[in-house]
Amino acid sequence: MADFDTPEYRKYRDIPKLEEGTMSDSAPFIAKPVFQGPLGFPGELVENWQEVAIDKMGDLLGKYRGLQVYLDSCVKCGACTDKCHYFIGTKDPKNMPVGRQDLLRSVYRRYFTFAGKYFPKLVGAKDLTKEVLDDWYSYFHQCSQCRRCSVYCPYGIDTAEISMAAREILDTVGIGQKYCNEIIGKVYTIGNNLGLPKRALRDTLLDLEEEIEEETGLPIKLPLDVKGADILLVTPSADFFAEPHIDGLIGYAKVFHEAGVNWTLSSHASEAGNFGMFIGSYENMQDVAMRVRQAAEDLGVKRIVHGECGHAWRIAYSFWNTLIGPWDFLDQNYPIPQHICEYTWDLIENNKLNFDKSENDHRVMTFHDSCNVARATRMGDKPGGQFEIPRNVIKAVCNHYYEMDPETTKEGTYCCGGGGGLLTDDLMEIRVKGALPRMEALNEVVEDHGVTNMAAICAICKSQFSKVLPYYKMPMDMIVSVHQLVGDALILTGSKEALEALEAAESSEE
Amino acid sequence: MAIEIGGKSIETDEEGYLVDLSDWTEEIALELAKSESLEMDEPRWEVVNFLREYYDEYQIAPAVRVLTKAIGKKLGKDKGNSKYLYELFPYGPGKQACKIAGLPKPTGCI
Ligand code: SF4
Ligand code: SF4
Repeated sequence: MADFDTPEYRKYRDIPKLEEGTMSDSAPFIAKPVFQGPLGFPGELVENWQEVAIDKMGDLLGKYRGLQVYLDSCVKCGACTDKCHYFIGTKDPKNMPVGRQDLLRSVYRRYFTFAGKYFPKLVGAKDLTKEVLDDWYSYFHQCSQCRRCSVYCPYGIDTAEISMAAREILDTVGIGQKYCNEIIGKVYTIGNNLGLPKRALRDTLLDLEEEIEEETGLPIKLPLDVKGADILLVTPSADFFAEPHIDGLIGYAKVFHEAGVNWTLSSHASEAGNFGMFIGSYENMQDVAMRVRQAAEDLGVKRIVHGECGHAWRIAYSFWNTLIGPWDFLDQNYPIPQHICEYTWDLIENNKLNFDKSENDHRVMTFHDSCNVARATRMGDKPGGQFEIPRNVIKAVCNHYYEMDPETTKEGTYCCGGGGGLLTDDLMEIRVKGALPRMEALNEVVEDHGVTNMAAICAICKSQFSKVLPYYKMPMDMIVSVHQLVGDALILTGSKEALEALEAAESSEE
Repeated sequence: MAIEIGGKSIETDEEGYLVDLSDWTEEIALELAKSESLEMDEPRWEVVNFLREYYDEYQIAPAVRVLTKAIGKKLGKDKGNSKYLYELFPYGPGKQACKIAGLPKPTGCI
């Protein structure tokens, strides 16, 4: 593996001793001009970048009131310092949330506040030099925009917003991140983050249908582009491609089949994810989201259900109305949008699904709350539904379930380490180091309760964990999809297994 | 970046993937495998050849599930699983085998 050390589990969870500059060399690949243009950004660093950057900062300050409040209100109380997984894993002071904010704040002070303009030294104001710009590029790509720090800040300062703004400024001067921007480009040209063309998608789905039929004896479908379907499922394209995601997709299909609904996937909106948010670009976020609306209108569906994707759920739940609403053409009797966990839990509560929980008896489960779901959304109609509903679903289908340390779950959950556009090989070091607090908590329940698997409802979390678990000497397939558990335990009416169970019951009665 | 073969220089990206798919030859595959410290034995060639065929038809690498199934058919059922593929390509069949096959790296939330 790469040339850095995986951090050791900490004996004491106190504030790490600072090690300045440990991560100053970490920076993702820069996007080539071909990837910048389609997103509306200059291909490379523009000549008058300093002027452009400061103008853009002014523009953002005017547009997002919150940003200015966040930049103005920090009192350096220190409550956030040890709350960031990247700081815990790297000890680099610029990865303390307040340290990260200060990278932007010092420039803001210099150009936008009276004191900073005339007495810069007194207020820690700094000129925007190339060095500062490089620091931005490095450290704002060491923030997964998980918002954990904001939970502990007495002023609710949201470093994620600051990171997004910084990345938007960087894009505007021509320095984009290859990973995110290439992916957004693929959504525009092909329809999803993976670049999976329609024909490949269709044939992959047919292949999966064959596999499910072999397993169950039932013609369970993964319909694509069906006009007039009731439900449009939008899900991360990783669900068509990667492990363990694909088992989650099979799980959704089984649930829809058992519920007897008419549902469809869309090749135009074959992606729930929306990296426009990661790069802080409202315009790109809107363009990506618009594909879902178009697909829903073209197919004439009544409902939209979201597959297991963390940041997509945030965008749908919190931003869809302003981005691409109103949703007057959808059936108002159902939540708009609806999460697949809400959908499944509703069926379970209404006794519409039967399970053989023993199918999951070889698993001892725990659950990882994905940051965007936990801190930026809800599910169901009760507060905390975004925590309870996925857990309820898991407990309805598994006999063995244990919680991790409560400091690391629900609103206090730690990011997997790969969110916010960091899920790329060129950032492997920060990803592995940032996973430390989650790996510690997982390791504890492994040791205390024999936990064998951790479930998640986010494509990024699943991919990140399957990559970093081996660094912490745990098997990559420990991470599973929630709907994989559902699919494995679901008793499908008329399936081979259900028939065998029926026969067994009848012969024992005789 | 670039790799040198027979006096010719072949362009690769930052991570060593071929920039131009049509540059690929078996010789280059051997060279790319060497840079990954892998020996190109029979099963590895099977994977690489399947990836190239699939890409030719679909302009993308196959889903892991599609790949494992195809390899299971070619090399025997006991080999049709991702564990075996990771034995062949420790950095991941998708990424490492794609590189040797001269295909672009699959990226996304994977
Ligand atoms: S948003 Fe998350 S990753 Fe960013 S500074 Fe705060 S805790 Fe760290
Ligand atoms: S907790 Fe809030 S106010 Fe305190 S140092 Fe951190 S960002 Fe500033």
